[in-house]
Amino acid sequence: MMGTDLLAIEDLSREDIELVLETAGHMQEVGRRDVKKVPTLRGRTIINLFFESSTRTRTSFEIAGKRLSADVVNFSPSSSSLKKSESILDTAKTLDAMDPDAVVVRHAVAGVPKRIADELAAPVINAGDGAHEHPTQALLDLLTVKERKGRIDGLTVTIIGDIAHSRVARSNIYGFTKLGAEVRVAAPPTMIPANVDCLGVKAFGSLREALDGADVVMALRIQMERLTGAYFPSVREYSGTFGLDRAKLRFAKDDVIVMHPGPVNRGVELAHDLADGRPSVILDQVRNGVAIRMAVLYLLAGRRPESEA
Amino acid sequence: MARVLIHGGHVLDPRSGRDERACVLLENGQVAEIGSDVQAGSCERVDATGCLVTPGFVDVHTHLREPGQEYKEDIASGGRAAVAGGFTHIACMANTEPVNDDPSVTEYILDRARQDCPARVLPIAAATKGLRGEVMTEMSALVDAGAVAFSDDGKTIMDGGMQRRVLEYSRLVEKPLIVHAEDLTLVGDGVVNEGSVSTRLGLPGNPSVAESIHVARDVQLAELTGAHLHVAHVSTEAAVSLIREARARGVHVTAEVTPHHLSLTDEATMGYDSNTKMAPPLRGRRDVDACREALADGTIDCVATDHAPHAVHEKEVEFTEAPPGILGLETALPVVWDLVRSEVMTPMQLVASLTANPAALLGLDAGRLDVGVPAYITVFDPEQRWKYDPAKGFSKSRNSPWAGETLQGRVVATIVGGSLVYHADRGVLAP
Repeated sequence: MMGTDLLAIEDLSREDIELVLETAGHMQEVGRRDVKKVPTLRGRTIINLFFESSTRTRTSFEIAGKRLSADVVNFSPSSSSLKKSESILDTAKTLDAMDPDAVVVRHAVAGVPKRIADELAAPVINAGDGAHEHPTQALLDLLTVKERKGRIDGLTVTIIGDIAHSRVARSNIYGFTKLGAEVRVAAPPTMIPANVDCLGVKAFGSLREALDGADVVMALRIQMERLTGAYFPSVREYSGTFGLDRAKLRFAKDDVIVMHPGPVNRGVELAHDLADGRPSVILDQVRNGVAIRMAVLYLLAGRRPESEA
Repeated sequence: MARVLIHGGHVLDPRSGRDERACVLLENGQVAEIGSDVQAGSCERVDATGCLVTPGFVDVHTHLREPGQEYKEDIASGGRAAVAGGFTHIACMANTEPVNDDPSVTEYILDRARQDCPARVLPIAAATKGLRGEVMTEMSALVDAGAVAFSDDGKTIMDGGMQRRVLEYSRLVEKPLIVHAEDLTLVGDGVVNEGSVSTRLGLPGNPSVAESIHVARDVQLAELTGAHLHVAHVSTEAAVSLIREARARGVHVTAEVTPHHLSLTDEATMGYDSNTKMAPPLRGRRDVDACREALADGTIDCVATDHAPHAVHEKEVEFTEAPPGILGLETALPVVWDLVRSEVMTPMQLVASLTANPAALLGLDAGRLDVGVPAYITVFDPEQRWKYDPAKGFSKSRNSPWAGETLQGRVVATIVGGSLVYHADRGVLAP
């Protein structure tokens, strides 16, 4: 059984992950109904504490909470004003005093959700912390692959892009390897983190080799403003060598699926025509994101002594 | 002045080589007698049964925060923490507000220390005005005011030409130039050692070459100029090798290592506790082992705490935003005594690294325990276990990775200038 918080896929066992995926299966069913709402978390309060703006992830968590009938409150302090006046822990303790049943935390710096979880009575769900982890993203990716391929075990998954600065990469590496897939990463050497093999993956400088026989290909969003010049020479050179298009995709298996955590820089990490429709499953990822977050909220915020229900 | 008799202990003095069970009688601020049969008469007695009796510890690297940041620490509180940790002499870094780059600041620090600090304070002056690395300080005037060394610690003189001239000029005053050796362009925004830990944590890495490249530059500049270079808080295997080679060539380079770089690896940071954030960062196992060996073989001269108090609210922020550094004075002895327990060093060697060696590199008449010398003495029980609670300690700050831990080895008594200033059962006694 999972712990009281969801901070990192690294902390989860295979059984934990399978429990979330199985629970999400039931939640998907709710999403297909006319009335997309169940009373499971009625009377429970969920706070979306987003120190870093992210409309997509926040909306997904908000819809997930609402479909479970929870009261969802969004709180988005600007990190710059926090730095001067109030510590993150003070903010967290203030919110905790309002007795939420779960707090969803997004922050630009790795480790903040963990530090908040150390202080809070309420369960904390990491919605992305710096370059550390983004566990619900990995869970929704696992669900999407499982739907398409029927299994995770034995698959070859290639993740392309800025592995060094990507929380999506880390969570997916842990998630897929824990469920028995082989994970490869491909990027220019400047975007591969130190001792990357400690994550249990093999790094490739050649996209062709990294894609050879791949069942799943995941392209990561490139932060062009921050990386151009310092980590790769130009967007043109990056998209030429590591941008995924149909020609390069031929090195992968015929039934390969293409994933992306969004939002896509079209024509940079993903060719325009690959972002839409087959073999891309990007919109399935988004759809499954709601089911995964419902499952996580149900498993963590739904826990309370029955007398209080 | 009162007479003090320390009885029942085992005296270790690296300078004289004395290593025997003996009583020590202090009179008029000096060591009057050492022997097995000392007739003391009426005097203050310190029971040192089961303890080692050594010269007072000398710390060449502390931050006392006064003037300017008294909410973190001041000279009085830092001095109390020092004597509670067995340190009778503490050299304090120049990165105060204002910076200790002017004789008036040096004099202020010494003045404050004379008023209410139980330990002897040795100011280290800035090497450049405002620690900006642009204009060198008036070294002669600062030495006249009482500066014992020069350092832009906390900052780094990145300009090689400037560093060369500062080293050259420091020969005039014959004082060491202490360097915080990190190439800031390689450090970048790094906050933890670059390696598996930074990759797993998703925090920006600080590569070990950031230190060793800077050390390589500075030992060559020391060789060129003939100046005395002292490398602060060595943390990497590569820097150790460079220092070892330079010393073998006869370059005047000395070095220190902190208790935390001798004991903790970057794995300690896995929980994102900002009390494991230091500059330079905690490194890998190989680096820690190399530092331990280097202290044992004399490549690194001494232990220095880099005692760096920061307020709780400053540390309770995002890991990337927290200021680097931890408390060191009150935990140094038990932490480093592990090198004796694990047989990396003999008790005499380790005591030398806390006493005679740091005193020698600063040119101090301290760090020895012999008849006729001023009485600066530390009595400690290397076996005693105690639970460290920074809230009950003497520093104003609490930033320690050992908070709540049971440590082995405890300072029992500290004597400064012939007076008992600290006793474990009675606390800080003077001033």
